[in-house]
Amino acid sequence: MSLSDTEIRTIEQHANDIRTTIISMLVAAGSGHTAGPLGMADIFAALYFYILKHDPQNPDWSERDRLILSNGHIVPVRYAAMAHAGYFPVEECLTLRKFGSRLQGHPERERLPGLETTSGPLGSGLSQAAAFAYTAIMNDERHHVYCALSDGEHDAGNIWEAALWAGKNKLRNLTAIIDRNNIQIDGYTEDIMPLEPFADKYRAFGWHVLEVDGHNIAQIVSACEEAKAIYEKPTVIIAHTIPGKGIHEIERDYRWHGKPPSKEESVAFLNELRTMQGKIVSEHQ
Amino acid sequence: MLFPDAHIQDSWFEAKDQQPTRAGFGKGLVEAADADPRVIALCADLTESTKVDEFKAKYPRRFIEVGVAEQNLAALASGFAASGKIPFMTSYAAFNPGRNNEQIRTTIALNNVPVKVCGMHAGISVGPDGATHQALEDMALMRVIPRMTVISPCDAEEARKATLAAARHDGPVYLRFSREKTPVMTTTDTPFEIGKASLLWHGENPQVTIFATGPLVYNALTVARALGEKGINSIVVNIHTIKPLDDAAVVDFASRSGCVVTVEEHQVAGGLGSAIAECLARSKPLPIEFVGVHDQFGQSGTAEELYAHYKMDVPSIVEAVDRAIARK
Repeated sequence: MSLSDTEIRTIEQHANDIRTTIISMLVAAGSGHTAGPLGMADIFAALYFYILKHDPQNPDWSERDRLILSNGHIVPVRYAAMAHAGYFPVEECLTLRKFGSRLQGHPERERLPGLETTSGPLGSGLSQAAAFAYTAIMNDERHHVYCALSDGEHDAGNIWEAALWAGKNKLRNLTAIIDRNNIQIDGYTEDIMPLEPFADKYRAFGWHVLEVDGHNIAQIVSACEEAKAIYEKPTVIIAHTIPGKGIHEIERDYRWHGKPPSKEESVAFLNELRTMQGKIVSEHQ
Repeated sequence: MLFPDAHIQDSWFEAKDQQPTRAGFGKGLVEAADADPRVIALCADLTESTKVDEFKAKYPRRFIEVGVAEQNLAALASGFAASGKIPFMTSYAAFNPGRNNEQIRTTIALNNVPVKVCGMHAGISVGPDGATHQALEDMALMRVIPRMTVISPCDAEEARKATLAAARHDGPVYLRFSREKTPVMTTTDTPFEIGKASLLWHGENPQVTIFATGPLVYNALTVARALGEKGINSIVVNIHTIKPLDDAAVVDFASRSGCVVTVEEHQVAGGLGSAIAECLARSKPLPIEFVGVHDQFGQSGTAEELYAHYKMDVPSIVEAVDRAIARK
């Protein structure tokens, strides 16, 4: 099943709305990560507005697909996607990182319905997602488990422990989506700790590997559908993304990994995003 | 004299019945699994020595092998618990919670899921393996994590009961077990309730109160009996739950004698001794002597040699009692 051009444009529009909200919430928070959330906006739009089986009015629905966010620091993209999908009012996004907010700086499961785990310290999400997938098989449940990860967190041994375990157990209902944006706090991933040949590593661990353009909605959706059709292995989708995607000044600059835009900067950034509204030219026309 | 309600074995002093606390865990785990289909067990390449083998034989589909990967062990257990299971994750205490402390903190305690962290071969009595495998800081690591309950059973029977209670407890629990065979003092009639201190020995006009945890409770009882023969009465309380500590009972029993000795197979920093000191400092400051390991690593040797060298054996506890009484 392929997406129609209208469906693609709708998801792209959601991604743009998510980016706008991300900038607004980071400015209001005065701290947080910018590049990663912007770079994952297309994937989270595709997840929340097409791929995931979920019900924003009933976040604990037992048959929902599970989305585990391993690199908790990009949670603004998840909060923004959840808000636009109807889990909570978009205005609540402006409480990010504030005292008493449900939107903690790093996500806490207990505070906000719709989150599956508490995360932030890198490297543990794939293990948790693998356990969710294993449990579903044990219980003969049909939902799918997705795990969003960063490339930088693959420096952590825990990830590879989980990759081994998921491969051994042939977790067909597990799809990992790696944000391959090539940056981490101290610089470019291949300078800090080279991950290439990244796909080969996962293949060697018993995974089905797909690579996509992480800003191409049709490719993202198609890869997720292929992953569900692979029955004998877990699938990893290496999504090549541009950190800071959507805002020219932020794109590809690792210095935007861990800081928010200032109020002044945000005016130009939001204008850049807003002028795209209604003017997105899809490749699929 | 023995406190009758504790239902301690009549022949406890002969120490005929000897089993490791980990064996009581193995039994309790099977009973917990019989009672609740949500109970699963995760092992890190140590199934036999963590005594999960019986569970594995009976419930192979509920047994999860993780390999030598304790961080994965903890984060997997978190995922299983968040999916509705009650996971018991097992390895040696030196690695679990020694190696996976951050995963326990974030993915289990902060995430607030009911994982049961089971640390085996805890304490110095694992002996010949040496310092690398002698976990002496595990209770301290677990006690400072919010939401974590910390239990250190005194014998195999109490270990069985603690395992069953942990399965029923809706939250994360750390259970501490040891490798060596130690005397079984308690019986099926001995009460066990998480968070409730257990009075074992009470003499009239007691001169000292001994709070002990783990298999060294046996040494504490032995000391009480010997002191009693010399006309020095004492109180012995088994603190199987280090956290939440039974504050009211600690203050009450300490007040009855006016001085305290704590006994644990652990660093004196951060474990039972610290917990008792914090409690008494708040409401009833009294002289306290701490029996345990004093900021040192262990070494290879037999359990007896190491208890004597690191001053946790019976004569060392007697000396601590003398010091405590002298400070009153």
